[in-house]
Amino acid sequence: MNKNIIIAGVGGQGILTIASIIDLAAMNLGLQVKQAEVHGMSQRGGAVESHLRISSEEIYSDLIPLGKADLILSIEPMEALRYLPFLSPEGVIVTATEPYKNIAHYPEEEKLMDTIKESATHLSVDAGLLARKAGSPKSFNVVMLGAASPYIGIETEELEKAIRLFFGRKGEEIVNVNTKAFRLGKEYATE
Amino acid sequence: MQKQLLLGAEAIAQAALDAGISGVYAYPGTPSTEITEFIQRSQPENGASVRSAWATNEKTAFEAALGMSYAGKRSLTCMKHVGLNVAADAFMNAAITGIHGGLVVTVADDPSMHSSQNEQDSRVYAKFAMIPVLEPANQQEAYDMTRYGFELSEKIKLPVMLRIPTRLSHSRATITRAIPREQNDLSPSGDKTKWILLPANARKSYQRLIEKQQELIDASDSSIFNKIIEEKGPMGVIAFGIAYNYTMEVVKTYNLPIAVLKISQYPLPKKLISQFTGKYSDILIAEEGYPVYEELLKGYFGNGKFRGKFDGALPRTGELTPNLLAKALKVDTEETRSIPSIVAGRPPMLCKGCSHRDLFDAINRVMEEYPEHHLFGDIGCYTLGALPPYNAISTCVDMGASITMAKGAADAGMRPALCVIGDSTFTHSGITGLLDAVNDNTPITVIISDNGTTAMTGGQNSAGSGRYYNICKGIGVEEEHIRPITPLKKNLEENSRILKEELNYQGVSVIISQRECIQTARK
Ligand SMILES: Cc1ncc(C[n+]2csc(CCOP(=O)(O)OP(=O)(O)O)c2C)c(N)n1
Repeated sequence: MNKNIIIAGVGGQGILTIASIIDLAAMNLGLQVKQAEVHGMSQRGGAVESHLRISSEEIYSDLIPLGKADLILSIEPMEALRYLPFLSPEGVIVTATEPYKNIAHYPEEEKLMDTIKESATHLSVDAGLLARKAGSPKSFNVVMLGAASPYIGIETEELEKAIRLFFGRKGEEIVNVNTKAFRLGKEYATE
Repeated sequence: MQKQLLLGAEAIAQAALDAGISGVYAYPGTPSTEITEFIQRSQPENGASVRSAWATNEKTAFEAALGMSYAGKRSLTCMKHVGLNVAADAFMNAAITGIHGGLVVTVADDPSMHSSQNEQDSRVYAKFAMIPVLEPANQQEAYDMTRYGFELSEKIKLPVMLRIPTRLSHSRATITRAIPREQNDLSPSGDKTKWILLPANARKSYQRLIEKQQELIDASDSSIFNKIIEEKGPMGVIAFGIAYNYTMEVVKTYNLPIAVLKISQYPLPKKLISQFTGKYSDILIAEEGYPVYEELLKGYFGNGKFRGKFDGALPRTGELTPNLLAKALKVDTEETRSIPSIVAGRPPMLCKGCSHRDLFDAINRVMEEYPEHHLFGDIGCYTLGALPPYNAISTCVDMGASITMAKGAADAGMRPALCVIGDSTFTHSGITGLLDAVNDNTPITVIISDNGTTAMTGGQNSAGSGRYYNICKGIGVEEEHIRPITPLKKNLEENSRILKEELNYQGVSVIISQRECIQTARK
């Protein structure tokens, strides 16, 4: 077992929640985990990413080497492409379709989606829609986690267990919304 | 003990708690901030208390940590690399006095300047001060070496530096804790010849520090954190700190017959180095930071046996990566895709609704009336006023430099001489500069952009909250020229008028622009 995942987004979008849930699931399975994050300056609306590495053996580098990521999980379409050099030839992009436009010259959306299509095997997800269906727009991230779950290398039950653990202290309701969000994302991916 | 998933910074914090510190003293600064924040939210399990509130700057933090050490207790002080410049006077002299209770100085360096003005290498400071450095390669070592650092400090009676880069500080991994140790009892030192650095004492102490160096080298040679991984071929890597991870990543992935000397404790272990350099003939030196030890090993005139940052095997600037190591070790890595040209940059920016925004609107409007626009800036979120749409500030050098540079420029004849400084930066090192201006009656206008917090580093308490008016008054700024304003759209007219009035005043004026940070207001 050996998975390298880049989680991408914009500062404030909450990519670390996704990372934390995967971490929990991996740790429960006794796997090694390394997760490099971005703190500080870029969090102010800048591009942020997390390098998440899971393995049954010792992990050395905190950074994923170029060309070695199995998955880019992005909650913003342009951000998915920023980390393309990290993606392995067989790697997959799973991205949300909703752009986050906080810059003056955001690329044309259609061209952006075309570039993603040309770049790699990909799955684009209208995560906002599914999150609302799940009962809370805030569950956007967890929808994306669900959509990416077939590529993470960890069983669905283990990820759901981690979701319960992660949201547990926020109450049953939040756990249920996020579990639903996860399932809707996963269903969409496996349809 | 149970396993925990911790950031490198948090592993240090947990280890310091488990090593029985009685206090942590720090001023925030990426990538060191999370150490103190972790201690603030997790007091020791045995009910003992650990003092942990933020200090006003790194120098006050360092000195308080030294005072706690004088009293016989263990203390931790943390800062980012440039923070050590501020604490340098205390740091250098604490190496001469030595310590009583264990003192670990954690310095977080920022190679690649993710959130800093430079990428200075703190190991140079430790070499300068002649104290040991511990440079963990991973999170477990960050934990283990912090604990070890306190023991070493008490054994050799010196402060010990723990150096980590951004990448380790901000990366998580599982760590296993050891059994926590009790805090030291109060037992003040009282050794005057040691603590009073009058020349007669200091000369002896400095001599003792020099004599201690062999003991420090021996400690490095026998350290469990330094080790050789042998191989048959002629190639080797001397990998320092986190560079070890990148080296091992490449060696393991491509199954290379390359020997590795891992170094995590300094001064350089002499025996290990001579053993390694005697056995291998083609050696790459991999340091995260300046080529400090490459220069030393290679010598000024070079030595073909060693490769590294001087000959371009590794880049001279920026942080290391596994790919850079692979290239330096002559591995053929696969072609990788490039970033499509459609991807636009997404720089950090001021938040929507941020008080600094309304302030910059007012400043820009007033400055339009002058042929040249100069605004001496400082460090904090408001530095982002340098970027579009504001393009408002002209300088950003080091904390506090806005006021003093405006003063020097005013002395040179510049009018108006306007500067902007954040509230936390003002108490960190702006007050002394303002006092200089008051004493000279220099015609400058200082804007304190007071958002009630240290926002850039995540919203820590600001040392002088609610007292800026009285501080300015107390050091002699005339009351009619201390002008509070509220930066809001609806006040743009009035704020611009006040700003203009003070720019016309030929003496020291202070505008206190006060509105809460939008991020802390939300919490
Ligand atoms: C010597 C030094 N210490 C710490 C830092 C890290 N740092 C940069 S800005 C900043 C805080 C600024 O706070 P404030 O002046 O209140 O401005 P705000 O970010 O709230 O706008 C800190 C701690 C630094 N750059 N230099």
